[in-house]
Amino acid sequence: MTALKSHSHLKELEDEGIYVMREVAAQFERPVLLFSGGKDSIVMFHLALKAFHPGKVPFPLMHVDTGHNFPETIEFRDHLVEKYGVELIVGSVQDSINEGRVEEETGPDASRNALQTVTLLDTLKKHQVDAALGGGRRDEEKARAKERFFSHRDIFGQWDPKNQRPELWNLFNGRKKPGENFRVFPISNWTEMDVWQYIAQEEIEIPSIYFAHERKVFNRRGVWLADTDFVNKMDDEEVVTKVVRFRTIGDATCTGAVLSDADSMEDIIQEVASARETERGTRHDDKRSETAMEDRKKQGYF
Amino acid sequence: MSNSTQNSKLNTQHSYLDMDMLRFTTAGSVDDGKSTLIGRLLYDSKSIFEDQMEAIEKTSKSSGEEEVNLALLTDGLKAEREQKITIDVAYRYFATPKRKFIIADTPGHTQYTRNMVTGASTADLAIILVDASKGILTQSRRHAFISSLLRIPHLVVAVNKMDLVDYDEKVFDEIVADFEEFARKLEVKDVTFIPISALKGDNVVDKSERMDWYNGSTLLHHLETVKVDAADNVIDFRFPVQYVIRPGMHFRGFSGQVASGHIRPGDEIKVLPSGLTSKVKELVTRDGNLEIAYPRDSVTITIEDEIDISRGDMIVRKDNVPTIRNEFESYLCWMNEKALDVNKQYILQHTSKQVQVFIDEIRYRINVDTLNREDTENLNLNEIGRVKLKTSQPIFFDPYQINQKTGSFIIIDPTTNVTVGAGMIRAGSTVSKEIGDAERTELVSPNVTWEPWNISREERETRNGQKAKLLWFTGISGAGKSTIAKALEKKLWDDGKQTVLLDGDQVRHGLNGDLGFSPNDRKENIRRVGHLSRLFFEHGNIVLSTFVSPYKNDREFVKSLFPAETDFVEIHVTCDPKTAQKRDPKGLYAKAESGEISGLTGYDAEYQAPDNATLTINTDEMSVDEAVEMIVNKI
Repeated sequence: MTALKSHSHLKELEDEGIYVMREVAAQFERPVLLFSGGKDSIVMFHLALKAFHPGKVPFPLMHVDTGHNFPETIEFRDHLVEKYGVELIVGSVQDSINEGRVEEETGPDASRNALQTVTLLDTLKKHQVDAALGGGRRDEEKARAKERFFSHRDIFGQWDPKNQRPELWNLFNGRKKPGENFRVFPISNWTEMDVWQYIAQEEIEIPSIYFAHERKVFNRRGVWLADTDFVNKMDDEEVVTKVVRFRTIGDATCTGAVLSDADSMEDIIQEVASARETERGTRHDDKRSETAMEDRKKQGYF
Repeated sequence: MSNSTQNSKLNTQHSYLDMDMLRFTTAGSVDDGKSTLIGRLLYDSKSIFEDQMEAIEKTSKSSGEEEVNLALLTDGLKAEREQKITIDVAYRYFATPKRKFIIADTPGHTQYTRNMVTGASTADLAIILVDASKGILTQSRRHAFISSLLRIPHLVVAVNKMDLVDYDEKVFDEIVADFEEFARKLEVKDVTFIPISALKGDNVVDKSERMDWYNGSTLLHHLETVKVDAADNVIDFRFPVQYVIRPGMHFRGFSGQVASGHIRPGDEIKVLPSGLTSKVKELVTRDGNLEIAYPRDSVTITIEDEIDISRGDMIVRKDNVPTIRNEFESYLCWMNEKALDVNKQYILQHTSKQVQVFIDEIRYRINVDTLNREDTENLNLNEIGRVKLKTSQPIFFDPYQINQKTGSFIIIDPTTNVTVGAGMIRAGSTVSKEIGDAERTELVSPNVTWEPWNISREERETRNGQKAKLLWFTGISGAGKSTIAKALEKKLWDDGKQTVLLDGDQVRHGLNGDLGFSPNDRKENIRRVGHLSRLFFEHGNIVLSTFVSPYKNDREFVKSLFPAETDFVEIHVTCDPKTAQKRDPKGLYAKAESGEISGLTGYDAEYQAPDNATLTINTDEMSVDEAVEMIVNKI
C-alpha cells in the first residue's frame, strides 16, 4: 500500500463542504442554494456539482435581486443556470418595494442592502424553503465567527446568537419545527485566500468584474464606488475612469472597487495575499456600526 | 503592517497546494491571557488586517484601555464585548507558508465544559494555558481531563506570563512536574510544555532571548510541525452512507465521507444492517474515479450487486465489522439547562443515523475538577457522566478510543429539537462493565502507515481449519495460568491447531524489558501484549496469553482491540492465595516476604478479579487435565 496521502488544506475543505451539501440534501425537503453571483456562492455551487455527481444538483438556486446589480453578475448567473440546467428562483427587492413590504432608503448612502432581508425571508417563505445554503465564511466578520454550519432560524427567520445549538464532530442536527428553517454554511471554515486558491486550482469560471478593468468610479469616504444609475452622487463627487476590480460582489450601491491591475488568477491571489484591509473593508453596509453585521444577521440577513 | 509577506512568497510558488491544515482549540480564561495569545498569534503571523486593527484600537480607546486589547479580536458578539467575556466558541483562521490553522476558541467562564467539549470534538491539538504566576489550577486540570476524554491527540501546555516570574526556569520546571504528576491519571499521550509570554511575545512566534535555558520549539513552530492526522483510524474501514445518488436506471451510488480505514475497487464489502456482501465496483468523484479512498475523502461508492442501501446504513469490509448493538455504555456530557431525564425518550444521532434512545442508567458522574466518581440521580448542564443507553434499533459503532467517527454521538431533545448531550461510546454492554477514567487509544508513531493484511484472517482461518481467538489467562502468580496454558497448547498442537503462547516472563525479556511493575508499567506491558495478541490473532492463530494482568481496565482495553466480543476469551485462573504462596513456582512470594521485592500481586499489590470472566478455573478444585478439557469444550 502506498503511504497515506496527506490531505492538502483545500482538499480537506472541499471534502468537508461536500459532506455538508449531502447532509442538507438528505436532511431537508426543500433546500435552496443562495446564489449572488459572487465568488463564494460560485464555489458553493461548484461543491454542489461535485457532491451529487453524476446526478444533478438536487436543489434550485435562489437569487435575491436588489435590482442594483452589476450587469456582468446577472449575465454570469444566467450563463451558469443554462450550462448546468438548474432551476433558478429570483426574489426581487423591487417587488417588495412595489408591494409596500419595504420602503426605499433615501439620501446619498441609500442602499437596498438592508431591504434584502425582507425579500429574502419572503421568498424563502413563499417557496417553503426549509434550508438555505449560504456562502458565509467565519473569517469574514466577527459575528460570523460564532456561526454554526447548521444555523437554526425561528419562524421569523431570526438568529439568536446567544442560544445556538452546540455543534460537535461532524454531527449536524437539522431537526426543526414546522415553519422554522436553517441557514447552512458549507464553506464556514474557508478564508478569502482559500476561496481564491480553490478557484485557481479548480479553474472555476467567475464573473469578469473580479478581474481588472476600466470603469467610471467616484470616491466616497475612501471607497471607490462604481458610477451607476442607482447611486445618488453628491455635487463634489467627481467621476473618473480608473483601472479597478472588485474583491467582493454585492449590491452596486455599497460595494466598492479596489484600484488594481490584477487581471489573472495568479495576480489576484498575489494581491489578496498582500492585502492590508479585509475583504469587507470595501463594504459600506458593514461600516454603519460596530455590530452592523450581528444586528442584520439577527434579523435574518445572509 | 502587511498581511503575510510569507504568503506572497508562497503563492508565487503555488506551494499552497501542499499546505495542510491543523485544527486546534485553546482553553483558558481571560485571566490566563488566552485571547492575548490568540491575538498575538494572529498579529505576529501578520494575519490581522489594518481595518481590523483600527477598529479594535478605537474600541480599546473608547473603553479607556491603555494598550490595544487584542482580546477584542476574538470576542465577536455585542454581549461579549460589553461584558468582556467570551460566551460562545469562536473560530479563527490564520495561515503560515506551511499550514492553515483553524482555532476553536473556547471561553473560560460561563458554559465552560459544554464549549470546551464542542471545541475539542474537532481538534487535532489543544493548547492549555497556565498562568506561570499561579501554577496549575483546578481549571488547568479540567482542561486536561476534557482533552483526554475527547482524545485530542496532542496537548500543549503553554506556561504563560513568564515575564511575571522573571523568566525563571525553576518556576517552569515546577509547573511541568505538577502537570505531569496529574496527567499520569489521564490518557494523554503527547504533551509539550512551552514557556511563553503572550503579552511580550516570548516563544510565541519568535524565540525568546530572555529564556536561553529553553531549547524547545516556539509555540508557532510546534503548531506548524506537529503531525495532523494522528486521530485518523486507518485500519477499520467504515463508510456511513449519507445520500444515495440515482440519476437514472444505470447508476446507483452511495455517497459519504470515509470515516476511517481505506477501500479500493474490488474489495469485498458488507452492508450493515442487512449483512449482505458484495464488492466495490467504483469509487466515483466528479474529478474521476479513485484507485483508493482514505479517511475524510468524500466519495460515491458503486457496488457489483444490486443491494438495497439507504442513508443510515454503513458499508464496511466483509471481515472487519463494528459492534452492532442497541445497548451500550458511554461517557456523556450534558449541554442543556434542563437536566437529563432517565425516563424520557431522546433522539440519538450517530454517523448518518437517527434513532430513539433511552438513557437508562447513570452509573456515576465524574467530578471534572477532582476526577472522582460521584453517585448521582441525574446529569445537569456541563456535567459529564458514565451512562448506559438503549436505542430503538441497533447502531454500528466502535469504541470512541479506537474510532472517533463511529464512537461519537449527540443527543437531541425531541420536544425542542435542541442538541442536549454529546457522547463518547465506551463499549457495548451485555454485561455491566466498570472501566476507569484512564483509557488508552491506539498509539501511532509519526510517519507510519497501517499496512493492511496481505491475506485476510478469514482466509487464514479457512486454511488452518480453526477460528482465531485470544485466550487471556489472568490470575495471581502461582495460580496455575502457565501450567494450564502449556498443557492446553500441547493438546491443541496435537489436534493440528496453530497456536501462539505469550508468557509474561518471556515478554518481559527483551520486548518489554524496559518496564517495571508500577501500575503504569503494568498497564503499558498489557497494552503492548494486547496489540501483539491482536497481530497474531489477525494471522489466524489461537493465541494463549498468560499475564497476571491485575487491572480490569487493562483487560478491558485488550478486549476492546478485538473485532467481536467472542474473539476474546477471558479465563480467570484462581486459587486460595495460601496455595499460591505454597506453590511459589518462581520464588516470588518468598522474596516478597523477606522484603526483597514489593508490589507483588496477591501479596501486597491489588488484584482486581473479573466479574464476568468467560471461564473461571479454581486450581484448588480442578486438575490441569480437567481445566484443559473445560477450555477445549468452551472454544
